[in-house]
Amino acid sequence: MIEERFDAIVVGAGMAGNAAALTMAKRGMKVLQLERGEYPGSKNVQGAILYADMLEKLIPEFREEAPLERHVIEQRFWMMDDRSHVGMHYRSDEFNEERPNRYTIIRAQFDKWFSSKVREAGATLLCETTVTELVRDERERIVGVRTDRRDGEIHADVVVLAEGVNGLLGTRAGLRARPRPDNVALAVKEMHFLPRETIEARFNLKGDEGVVIEAAGTISRGMTGMGFIYANKECISLGIGCLVADFQRTGQTPYGLLDQFKSHPSVAPLVAGSEVKEYSAHLIPEGGYKSIPQLYGEGWVVVGDAAQLNNAIHREGSNLAMTSGRIAAEAIGLVKSRGEPMSAANLSIYKKMLDDSFVIKDLKKYKDLPPLMHTQSQNFFLTYPQLISKAMQNFVRVDGTPKAEKEKATLKSFVKARSWAGLFGDACRLARAWR
Amino acid sequence: MNVESPVRVEDKLYYNRYLVDIGHPHVKVRAHTTPSPQLLALLKACPARCYELNDNGQVEITVDGCIECGTCRVIAEPTGDIEWSHPRGGYGVQFKFG
Repeated sequence: MIEERFDAIVVGAGMAGNAAALTMAKRGMKVLQLERGEYPGSKNVQGAILYADMLEKLIPEFREEAPLERHVIEQRFWMMDDRSHVGMHYRSDEFNEERPNRYTIIRAQFDKWFSSKVREAGATLLCETTVTELVRDERERIVGVRTDRRDGEIHADVVVLAEGVNGLLGTRAGLRARPRPDNVALAVKEMHFLPRETIEARFNLKGDEGVVIEAAGTISRGMTGMGFIYANKECISLGIGCLVADFQRTGQTPYGLLDQFKSHPSVAPLVAGSEVKEYSAHLIPEGGYKSIPQLYGEGWVVVGDAAQLNNAIHREGSNLAMTSGRIAAEAIGLVKSRGEPMSAANLSIYKKMLDDSFVIKDLKKYKDLPPLMHTQSQNFFLTYPQLISKAMQNFVRVDGTPKAEKEKATLKSFVKARSWAGLFGDACRLARAWR
Repeated sequence: MNVESPVRVEDKLYYNRYLVDIGHPHVKVRAHTTPSPQLLALLKACPARCYELNDNGQVEITVDGCIECGTCRVIAEPTGDIEWSHPRGGYGVQFKFG
């Protein structure tokens, strides 16, 4: 056993773990952070978009030193059928501000930098160390962790579980349930490298301006899922994800879906001639508010993806991770400053603080959307995109048909596919879940 | 539309960097004579195609190309069909970009 005792052990060096470790180290706490990868970031996968506000709260001067890719000035939403997409684009020069709001990043590189800040603040980081078990005392309180290193038992007042969506410790210890096929998505991604001038020309960008594209429709073959294309400086992150339950049910392959998305006539020209340098996969929490587990207990808290904190509608995960990590650390700091033990009763303040933040408020707002999207996936991801595409084609194609007849045909196609009751029901369900 | 595209996953995995822990696979398939529906689903759902059918119709795993997403754990650990652990510290896939 390692004799040294810590104020806190943080399991994981992703967004949540780094935010927690940094916040506690800055308060002068003695923090040990454990990471199973060779370096921080080596096991982490994300699209990835970074939201400035949440990082600014931790590292105000991050823009001067963090490895950022492009600041996002344009957001495109695409609804796709097999040969077309209907798009909504929002581009604004206002995003070319002094302190941009969103950036594309490359996680392995970003996380290395983030971790360097954590260590500068005084935390101890041990990489290549897999935590295998939580250690309990005779009263069942969590008092430390066991690792796969020799003499690997380490003790601390509190353990912060920032072990990611597929974290084993908390589920093995019975602190929360294992993710279920219907509340996690599997996303696969490729990194496509191109000269930066080529990327800027293809996406209509200058300098460090960036674009992100979120796409849904027949690309997910009726499953609940989304594709994404993010422009980095010298590469494009391209991926697609669907609910694991849908993959299980349909027998579709993730790589088959990815390659089909890549060869879609709207997508192929964007990545033509690129050199792929990595293929990755990761689970994404999709259950929303209703799948958030118990967040604290005797000697432990859980943060980030491990706690299913992900806003599937707005595609926000890493900022919820960072914020929950920071808030958990502040709560722990508060308990410590009062000289009180890290009991469940005292740590419950973490949940109170999180409830008051945008993290839980946003997830609560959309609490009914994940179930709706998951049960109505055929309609929302297959039928409607096809209908809307046909309607658009009907609208723009000039062929001598009187406009009134065209509109009638469009309406008829909607009613035929979903019926009046179906259309009305879908609209009501969506409106209710959105509100 | 639903025709399986001839994607070679092996080519995709070739881009990645791994430190293989020889002799210590982190995922194990429970011995079986006839695979469960959950095990069979892994043949398609695993993004690295680590699972394959052997000549006797049993599901086997080769973890060398595993990208540690956990999909198989979510599908087939509840039924006891597989045992899932993280690789030992420092081993497994090491993402350069993530």
